[in-house]
Amino acid sequence: MAELALHIDGLTKSYNNGKQALKGVSLDVPAGSFYALLGPNGAGKSTLINILADIVRPGDGSISLFGHDLFADRAWCKRHMGVVPQEVAFDPFFNPREVLKITSGMFGVKPDMTWIDELLGRLELTEHCNKNTRQLSGGMRRRLLVAQALVHRPPLVILDEPTAGVDVELRRRLWDFMRELNAAGTTILLTTHYLEEAEELCDHVTIVDKGTVVADRPMRELMRDVAGRYLWLSYGDDFVLTQEDEVALSAFQPRTNGKGVSLTLRHVEGAASSFHAAYEAAVTRFGPPQDAGVRQEDLEDVFIRLTHENDDKVNA
Amino acid sequence: MWPVNPRGCWTLFVRESHRFLKVKMQTIVAPALTAVLYLMVFHYAMGNRSVPGLDVPYFDFLIPGLVMMSMLQNAFANTSSSIIVGKVMNVHIYLLMAPLSAIEAIAAFLAAAVLRALVVAAVLLAVLAPFSSLGFEHIALILFYGVCGSILMGCFGIIGGMWSKKFDDMALISNFLIMPLTFLSGVFYSVKQLPPMWQQVNNFNPFFYLIDGFRFGFIGVGDTNPYTALWVVRISTLICMGACWYLWQIGWKLKE
Repeated sequence: MAELALHIDGLTKSYNNGKQALKGVSLDVPAGSFYALLGPNGAGKSTLINILADIVRPGDGSISLFGHDLFADRAWCKRHMGVVPQEVAFDPFFNPREVLKITSGMFGVKPDMTWIDELLGRLELTEHCNKNTRQLSGGMRRRLLVAQALVHRPPLVILDEPTAGVDVELRRRLWDFMRELNAAGTTILLTTHYLEEAEELCDHVTIVDKGTVVADRPMRELMRDVAGRYLWLSYGDDFVLTQEDEVALSAFQPRTNGKGVSLTLRHVEGAASSFHAAYEAAVTRFGPPQDAGVRQEDLEDVFIRLTHENDDKVNA
Repeated sequence: MWPVNPRGCWTLFVRESHRFLKVKMQTIVAPALTAVLYLMVFHYAMGNRSVPGLDVPYFDFLIPGLVMMSMLQNAFANTSSSIIVGKVMNVHIYLLMAPLSAIEAIAAFLAAAVLRALVVAAVLLAVLAPFSSLGFEHIALILFYGVCGSILMGCFGIIGGMWSKKFDDMALISNFLIMPLTFLSGVFYSVKQLPPMWQQVNNFNPFFYLIDGFRFGFIGVGDTNPYTALWVVRISTLICMGACWYLWQIGWKLKE
């Protein structure tokens, strides 16, 4: 089994107000992976990250980092992870260069000015490095948080929505930098609401909702097995899908918006696609379509579907 | 958690020291100016009178008290403001995330508080001493009471900062507890001038022993025996340091 950067087993957390934020979350983050931890607001992602960062007290469960028990060997684990918190935090007394030197020292690492300058450069902060942090924009402050998480060169980097408020161009450059770090061996655990970014960057995904894990798979598998594909056939404004049509096409779970029909395509490993059968069935029933196309669900669709299914399960 | 990260402890001490040096107008120059103003006011109010019961010139009596009062208030301000600003600005999470043991964090905060108190004391003495015939009768007592008093107040500042959720809470502690206790601790008068009942009440004010012992180091006389008070101060300081360590260790009011 590959080495695990992070192993969480049955983690729970209840707040004083009675809210149960985590209900036995377990996950394994392989060393060297780019791992997405996704979930809607209030799902428990930040609680989990804050427990790792020692900002929130844990409930039950166990956590280990590269084989070291987090609760028994906190200092070692803290040195080996860098966390970008979700909320912007800045020290109003210092400039970015000073902040990075201080952060490095506090993590027990002699400040490496070459690395600090590289971080400032890669995160587009060089020209602002002598300004007081109060003079920085929101996006700059957030990039400074990223630099602070990296300044002691941790092998595990945890990014809690690092790109909120960062413009598109800078976001892209930040992800290029993260990809480079990941390619060099750094494990990255990312939470984000930009799901297209997670889909593009991450090789593994865990979706949490209401404190429980609703999906935990390699990204490729999730998209292959869970993400749906649909054949869309357009028949014009007068199209009506009758009950008989629904029965006849039930193998493809037909749906309509009054202008055509959408048929679900199945994924079976090693078997032929159901595309041809679906197309044939529709043409036999309705005749040749005016237009047609195949739509693949993206991570956002999967995310919404899985979290809605979980809602139904919780409410049942 | 035992010491694990001496560099982190040193860095936190340097950070805390730089923090007050970056705003020296507020942290060093302003207390010096306030002390000079007190001195001017009392110079005109008291003239060349001696302190009743102690038989020392009023200025020689007043100056050590003013210096110690400033040291205590500045030591308190250094730790309390750092922690409450950290909590309000959310920067305190970096203290929690760093691999610093509770001992290291508390030691760094207290060392910076003592440094600030000593810097303020040096500046005040340099400004005020020329107006008096002040001597340094017992230098060890001066250092003991100065350093222990600063540690004690640094501890109060840490606990106050941890307890406070907003600046208003801190203002409550500062204005309704620290300020009255320091003002009513015999800085401006000898407690022998108070009615007997208030003399008894004053015995329960910890700042009284700190200021009286510190002053004894300069002028060789005081309202109480400074050698008896040594133990009170030693034990109080150790208890407060222990309390800070414990509260930091459990993350009191810092972690949810």
